[in-house]
Amino acid sequence: MAGLTGRMSTVVKAKVSKLLDRAEDPAETLDYSYQKQVEQLQNVKKGIADVVTAKKRLQMQESSLQQSVVKLDTQARQAVSAGQEDLARTALERKNVAQTELQSLDGQVTELEDQQQKLTDSEQKLRAKIESFRTKKEVIKAQYSAAEAQVRISEAATGVGEQMADVGLAMQRAVDKTENMKARADAVSELEAAGTFDDITALGSGEDDIDRQLKQLSNQPAVDSELAKLKGEVGAGDGAAAQIPAQSESPGAGAAEPAPEDAHQASSGDGQT
Amino acid sequence: MIVRISGEDQYEVPDSDAGQLNELEQGVAARVEGGREDGFADAYAALLEFVRTHGERVDDDDLATSDVILPPSDLTFEEAGREFTGEGLIPD
Repeated sequence: MAGLTGRMSTVVKAKVSKLLDRAEDPAETLDYSYQKQVEQLQNVKKGIADVVTAKKRLQMQESSLQQSVVKLDTQARQAVSAGQEDLARTALERKNVAQTELQSLDGQVTELEDQQQKLTDSEQKLRAKIESFRTKKEVIKAQYSAAEAQVRISEAATGVGEQMADVGLAMQRAVDKTENMKARADAVSELEAAGTFDDITALGSGEDDIDRQLKQLSNQPAVDSELAKLKGEVGAGDGAAAQIPAQSESPGAGAAEPAPEDAHQASSGDGQT
Repeated sequence: MIVRISGEDQYEVPDSDAGQLNELEQGVAARVEGGREDGFADAYAALLEFVRTHGERVDDDDLATSDVILPPSDLTFEEAGREFTGEGLIPD
């Protein structure tokens, strides 16, 4: 088979033959192969541990972003209460960005869980093959002449080698993925620490500034409607608070009255432009 | 013949299925070579599914080597277009 399967087979077989070329004496091949196999199994375990570490790092970042979302929401409410609409809008825009980032992190964590599962399965298969090789190795040592042993060892070692090469490729893919995620996660952490969430959108892969501006435009209605909702909630809260003194102090209630009115006008004005 | 799906299992596929397997593979390869991402994922999934359903899974402790090795199921169109490289477990 040519094309993509041919290439894949070639890569794996090349790796296997390199592994087997290391030793020529049958006894040496046996010992070398088995020792190498056990070593590689340790590497696979380490690879799985690395994926788990990367996943934990992303999960920590998720919880930190969740806190940011709560904080930005609180800030937006405070800003609305203080009548600082621009400030509230900024907070809501950042909250929006943080929420989008959270969704993307969620996807990444799921992907790493998937990788972890696959590597664990591969590790089990490799372990089974190494164990089988260990048994065969003793049989070969006891039963065959050097020339025959060479052939049989080579067959058995190739079988293990292929599994090893395959786990190796899977690990390589997992490492590439976690490194990409880590680079992005680090950049997001920095921006988060600097409080400049708006720039997170600039980290998206393959997005130019037009994409980003379009995305901001599409986020705009969500921010607008959330701002309007907040104003409604905060306004209703003020209204309720104002009603208590209103029973004893009517001028105070009168002064509080125009605030929700203004807010309503401002948002309907935005809607028209 | 024995077919390995990278990252999964090895399957013993009857030789009588080789023709159909080849056709499916050529369909995938034609999309990759023609730069047609459209339908690539489905075509590749169909190829792997054919192996899984027509082949018999080889035991984990079997030391048989594969005649064909298929790339992993999460292969992207971009990856399909380039070589599978990297050090992996066995250094070059």
